[in-house]
Amino acid sequence: MAADTHARQIAGLDALELAPARRAGLLTRAWAGTWPVALAVALVLAAWELVVLAGWWPEYVFAGPLTTLTELGHRLGEAEFYQALTVTLRRAVVGFALAIAVGLVVGALVSRIRPLRRAVGSLITGLQTMPSIAWFPLAILLFGLSESAILFVVVLGAAPSVANGLIAGVDYTPPILLRAGHMLGFRRLTLYRHVILPASLPSFLAGLKQGWAFAWRSLMAGELLVIIANRPSLGEQLHFARELADSPGLLATMIVILVIGILVDRLFGLADNALRRRWGLHQVTA
Amino acid sequence: MTAPLTEQAGGRVDGQQPAVRLQAVSKTYGQGKASLLALDNVALDVAPGEFVCLLGASGCGKSTLLSLVAGLDAPSAGRIDVDRRRIALMFQEPALFPWLTVSANVEMALRAKGLGKRERRARAAEYLEIVHLGGFGRKRPHELSGGMRQRVSLARALAQDADVLLMDEPFGALDAMTRDLLHDELERIWRERDLAVLFVTHNVREAVRLGDRVVLLSSRPGRVVEDFPVTLPRPRRTDSAEVAEQAGEITQRLRAEVMRHGAAPNRVPQEATPDGP
Ligand SMILES: Nc1ncnc2c1ncn2[C@@H]1O[C@H](COP(=O)(O)OP(=O)(O)OP(=O)(O)O)[C@@H](O)[C@H]1O
Ligand SMILES: [Mg+2]
Repeated sequence: MAADTHARQIAGLDALELAPARRAGLLTRAWAGTWPVALAVALVLAAWELVVLAGWWPEYVFAGPLTTLTELGHRLGEAEFYQALTVTLRRAVVGFALAIAVGLVVGALVSRIRPLRRAVGSLITGLQTMPSIAWFPLAILLFGLSESAILFVVVLGAAPSVANGLIAGVDYTPPILLRAGHMLGFRRLTLYRHVILPASLPSFLAGLKQGWAFAWRSLMAGELLVIIANRPSLGEQLHFARELADSPGLLATMIVILVIGILVDRLFGLADNALRRRWGLHQVTA
Repeated sequence: MTAPLTEQAGGRVDGQQPAVRLQAVSKTYGQGKASLLALDNVALDVAPGEFVCLLGASGCGKSTLLSLVAGLDAPSAGRIDVDRRRIALMFQEPALFPWLTVSANVEMALRAKGLGKRERRARAAEYLEIVHLGGFGRKRPHELSGGMRQRVSLARALAQDADVLLMDEPFGALDAMTRDLLHDELERIWRERDLAVLFVTHNVREAVRLGDRVVLLSSRPGRVVEDFPVTLPRPRRTDSAEVAEQAGEITQRLRAEVMRHGAAPNRVPQEATPDGP
């Protein structure tokens, strides 16, 4: 039999083996993603309204959803709100970026250097469990009531998670891939660059996601405590809303903080999904 | 038992420095009570340009032997000489990098050589063509079937352009037709490059189809029990009567060996009945 027909037969077999991948249409997927969220929001609003109707607190202490959402709509039309939002988001981005940089360097060093691992390995996890608010007195002593004090705590809050994500990824690099890399001629740094780092990406991403949560919490704590004149921020708005007993304003700001946290988390979720799809790690759909 | 091996090497030149030489190699895993003697006093030579097939029951230490030769693990005793030869190992599992495309996986083998991006891509395409996966370069490993992944892994091993090719059950997951075709390709490349090949398989017919010699390992501990020269003229065909006859002899010997060690009968390597469509 000619090798050519043979080859064609193999191509035929291969085509048989590969079922065409099917993915639902954009609209279907969007809807599938939206309705549970919409339902959850509706339920929360209903519960909130019920609590308000129960009358445990007077309306000026605990505003209802309608008042709050009106207030929120109001704020969304004001320049002041966007100034505060910009300041907060800039701090979040700068702080998180710094945390990533620090986490990467520390994680890389700790995962590579054995004595260092023994020295600071558990310290990193210890730092992670330390409530970030406990850092503020020290930060304020060191940096005064300044931007730096806030960033300091944000970095301390988020960097351990980022570092731990990387370390775990390095530790759990499948040995077979290390061996394969070794056979292909990669050693030490090249092995690190071409095999270990890419293999730790999923774990690193999980570390980033957790790091973000810590960064956002630390930032809010910081903005409540470290109030800088003429530098409006979301945390500061929260602070003053309480001082002025402005319940709708307070709740509106809280909603903004919550939504930002969720949105960024969703972004990480999307990145994680994309990665899983590329690697073929996605779970069986039940 | 192992001294005259090189002379039996299917008409190959002897008196040459072997490409791979194992002398009294033992490998123990673990320590104390829990230790396991995986290989015991193994001696084996593979001459340059020689194709040696390794047969043995499951768990008898074939993969262990290959990783020792590859230098991934150190023997507990004995010596392994590969005489500065470049070694490629095709693992029992495909061991592809999931974050890379099929083509990029093959290109990884060329990276250590310092080839440029373009050159690498072109060469990878050639190797994928050899394993009949020409159109699959842009897919990711998880999008391929198990057998196709094995073929990518083969392409990657070939791309390393080594002098010694170690293969651990490379065609286990393939249908008979694809396997036949890859036997031809492998034989061709082996000839062209004058490779030394150490090929692990459970399939006795496959061993006879490909090997200059078929080396039989016993189980627990792994030892070389017999070394069959295969002198049938090439090209051979897996389904030819001569191959079947010699495979039959070897299978009998293998059965006896497995029985002697009291291993479960279902661990006897299959006597290759082509399972094609
Ligand atoms: N890293 C390890 N640690 C401990 N024991 C091991 C290790 N690797 C292999 N072994 C043991 O050594 C023996 C030989 O294993 P090996 O993988 O070499 O067998 P094999 O001949 O390749 O089997 P198969 O045909 O099933 O692939 C087995 O009993 C196995 O349990
Ligand atoms: Mg094995």
